[in-house]
Amino acid sequence: MSKKLPRRDVVIVGFGWTGAIMAEQLTAEGLDVVALERGVWRDTSTDYAVTNAQDEVRYRYRDELFEVLSRESLTFRNNTSQDALPMRMLGSFLPGTNVGGSGVHWNGQTWRFLPSDFQARTHNEERYGPLPEDMTVQDWGITYDELEPYYTQFEDICGIAGKAGNLNGEIQEGGNPFEGRRSSEYPNPPMEMVLAPKLFAKAASELGHNPFPGPSANMSQPYTNPLGVQLGPCTYCGFCEKYACGNYSKATAATTILPVLMRRDNFELRTQAMVLRVLKTGDGRMADGVEYITPEGEVYHQPADIVILAAYITHNVHLMLVSDIGEPYDPRSGEGVVGKNYAYQVTSGVSVFFDKDVHINPYVGAGALGMVIDEFNGDNFDHTGLGFIGGGYIATWQTNGRPMETHRVPEGTPKFGAGWKQAVRDNYNHSLGIGTHGAVMSYRGNYLDLDPTYKDAYGRPLMRMTFDFGDNEMKMSNFLTDRAVEIARAMNGREIRVARRTRPYSIVPYQSTHNTGGTIMGDNPRDSVINKYQQSWDLPNLFLTGAGAFPQNAGYNPTGTVGALAYHTANAIRTQYLRSPGPLVQA
Amino acid sequence: MKSNLQSNITAALAFSVAIVLPLCPAVAQDKNTWSTIQRGYYLTRMGDCGACHTNDEAKPMAGDYPLPTPFGTIYSANLTPDDQTGIGSWTDDDFYRAMDEGKRPDGTRLYPAFPYTHFTIVTREDSDAIFAYLKTLEPVHQEVDPPDFPFPLNIRLAMMGWNMINFEDREFVPNADKSAEWNRGRYIAEGLGHCAMCHSPKNLIGAEKTGSEAYTGGMAEGWFAPALRKDLNAGLDDWSKEELVEFLKYGRNGHTAAFGPMSEVISKSTQHLTDDDVAALSTYILDLPQDEDEDHSSKDEQRQPLSSDDERMRVGKVIYEAQCSACHAPDGDGISGMFGDLTRSGIVKSENDTSLLRLIMDGARAVPTDKYPTPQAMPAFAWKLNDEQVAAVATYVRNSFGNAAPAVSSDAVSPLR
Repeated sequence: MSKKLPRRDVVIVGFGWTGAIMAEQLTAEGLDVVALERGVWRDTSTDYAVTNAQDEVRYRYRDELFEVLSRESLTFRNNTSQDALPMRMLGSFLPGTNVGGSGVHWNGQTWRFLPSDFQARTHNEERYGPLPEDMTVQDWGITYDELEPYYTQFEDICGIAGKAGNLNGEIQEGGNPFEGRRSSEYPNPPMEMVLAPKLFAKAASELGHNPFPGPSANMSQPYTNPLGVQLGPCTYCGFCEKYACGNYSKATAATTILPVLMRRDNFELRTQAMVLRVLKTGDGRMADGVEYITPEGEVYHQPADIVILAAYITHNVHLMLVSDIGEPYDPRSGEGVVGKNYAYQVTSGVSVFFDKDVHINPYVGAGALGMVIDEFNGDNFDHTGLGFIGGGYIATWQTNGRPMETHRVPEGTPKFGAGWKQAVRDNYNHSLGIGTHGAVMSYRGNYLDLDPTYKDAYGRPLMRMTFDFGDNEMKMSNFLTDRAVEIARAMNGREIRVARRTRPYSIVPYQSTHNTGGTIMGDNPRDSVINKYQQSWDLPNLFLTGAGAFPQNAGYNPTGTVGALAYHTANAIRTQYLRSPGPLVQA
Repeated sequence: MKSNLQSNITAALAFSVAIVLPLCPAVAQDKNTWSTIQRGYYLTRMGDCGACHTNDEAKPMAGDYPLPTPFGTIYSANLTPDDQTGIGSWTDDDFYRAMDEGKRPDGTRLYPAFPYTHFTIVTREDSDAIFAYLKTLEPVHQEVDPPDFPFPLNIRLAMMGWNMINFEDREFVPNADKSAEWNRGRYIAEGLGHCAMCHSPKNLIGAEKTGSEAYTGGMAEGWFAPALRKDLNAGLDDWSKEELVEFLKYGRNGHTAAFGPMSEVISKSTQHLTDDDVAALSTYILDLPQDEDEDHSSKDEQRQPLSSDDERMRVGKVIYEAQCSACHAPDGDGISGMFGDLTRSGIVKSENDTSLLRLIMDGARAVPTDKYPTPQAMPAFAWKLNDEQVAAVATYVRNSFGNAAPAVSSDAVSPLR
């Protein structure tokens, strides 16, 4: 039996990037907001000081910032013919926990999706004919132009460093010529490039491509954001992804929003509050708040007029399933929507090794310090005859030269021992990487549902992930890798080493924390869980933020779009929903 | 030596209402009006009363807050209107007497940890407004522990002798040669603000030194409160009025962020002052020292920085580059409003190195305010650097970036651990 707490205007589940954005926006509107976070309070000055932030053992290898699988995890299989087994160690993806969520340990690569990405089905079918039958790709129900102001809002909060390639329709020298129309230049100039991205850009230019600086949430200069919060210039220490920034130089909830939000009287944060389920009203037509449990085992019912699920996507989907909201997706019939269209990111890499007169200095790095080409992303190129749709970007990011994690060695090097050590010594300072970062389409057989066997520490069924790369992804990734090899060869190094993505997908090696789908958005309740305002079709006072909304994944890192969607949703609540609570889109 | 205030009294006696009025905004002194109570609340913030009289935020002004002094620990009084343990049975005359003379209603003497040496210049109207506000608080029954002073200090009568040497009951008399703003600033600084309690050195019996030693810096809770006089080249010598206003209102400016006890002063007191009062306070502080004081600048020899070949400098440079330069920048000029500028820091080049060493060893957290909401912090290095290393890096910053100050010995570091 849970204890019922006083009703609040808004309860937010999960206090990462989107939880903070929604709380800031709705408290600014005067609403009384309470956020529930399963983890604990974390802040730069108290927990991530420069004296201890750069610790590979503590953060990378002992998972200090990542979620704890001993209480809740998921089960995994590649396809429905297999039995799924619980994920007992993190690997392929690293969801965060504690205040700030996964946004604490991101690299900071902050993209906008292409306008055509939002019309993935109609655009591709118009140009290339019908998509394969098992490909469940769909349009988002929102356009790039609708989202544009909110992309800008998120970039301004973060202080993204970059160079516009399309300013109000005018193509700009030095930026990404393929990007959608931007209404303004980036708030900060690009980061200062180091040698490796410069070598990449030179080679890519020689091949006729248009390299540009990657948009970065690592500050290129001191910045004060529209909330008045200050960020310091990046020191290029090379500890972004998997780490918190000790210098207030990487945009996170803590460095951009929380200093202002935490001072507001109409905001309350409760940490170590693990939400177990969303409660519905007696007639089942509205959310009635949430139920959460404390470490002491006390269970509380927090009623609220608006419920926002802002947990990591796997947990948002899980909460929908265990709370019996919406129809679970069934891959056999294709009916149902909750858990549908789970997707991911497909990546590959090429290493280039130089002679010892080329000094790369890989330890001078930052998560989003790099040069990129976008010629082969989305529908920026003609796919006729290629046998796939979609694409990805190719880049040299100099993210780090961390001694335990990063040591490129040539083909044929022993995996340990004296030979390996010699190869590391010979190549550490004389090699660079080129990465490809590709889209993953959605398929009838890739989905999330509840596991029939395994339960979490709270007695709830674990969520089951069924996923593999499709033919489309393998062809596309190989195509991108071939283009990366061309650029690698044009760098005229001593030798190269190619690491293609292979099938079946494995959740063991780290790839990216770019999980998408499961609570997808669309223009009607038959095909989607939420409308374009991320509002549940079933319970109009329930909103879901995060990459779960993506009907399929694009060839970019997701955070920019996740942030833009959150601001778009917040604006809809502020300007429409509060005036007239109810469905914002008629089904 | 007579206090500055005292020496001005005669000259200013002729002055009256015209100047006094702006000091005490015209308020009909009906003691129970909303405006009087609000003003009393404002004045308690100006006096930072809560810093010592609030031990538990849930029981504001209920006292019993332990105040360590060189002579023992004293516990602050309960200022809530509780009849037995607070000021419930006091009259406004009683309250004024405590403020003005440092005496309780029964005539026994208060210890000067309560700054009646400053509050004596507070006007009767202001005292009454504070009292009116305090009477509106929730009464809290809170016994206050007796001070654990050794004999003879535990005899309150002993304060009679102390007062004879260190205390003069006096009125605030404006200086006719100065502007109304300056006089208002002086009323705040010397009265409720009691700035000199920390920023002036103390004599052997714990009283502030005055005259030529006023505002030459003092110790507060183990930190060195820097000199506020311009003639020492160690404090506010190159601060503009705008910079001091920004510091008092927002806790940070282009030079530095408040830390240690000053961050509490800003969060509880100065950030709540009106723009006019902060401006007045800044005008007065930046006019220190006053004409009749001895000017120290002539005594301040041109110091030369240590040679960069000095072993301590070479070690300090390596530590600075590896541990400090990410925030404070290779040239030491920091990031305005975020990371302290070591090229213009009174703390760095101050003769007294206590605060610099404490900052390096213990770190410090900047107070978040509306303009600078991020609670940035200097991390602690005590666990990471040994005494020699702390001394070396302190010596390095004191003798780099245009600074020149005496080297720091590792012997000065170890007692601070």
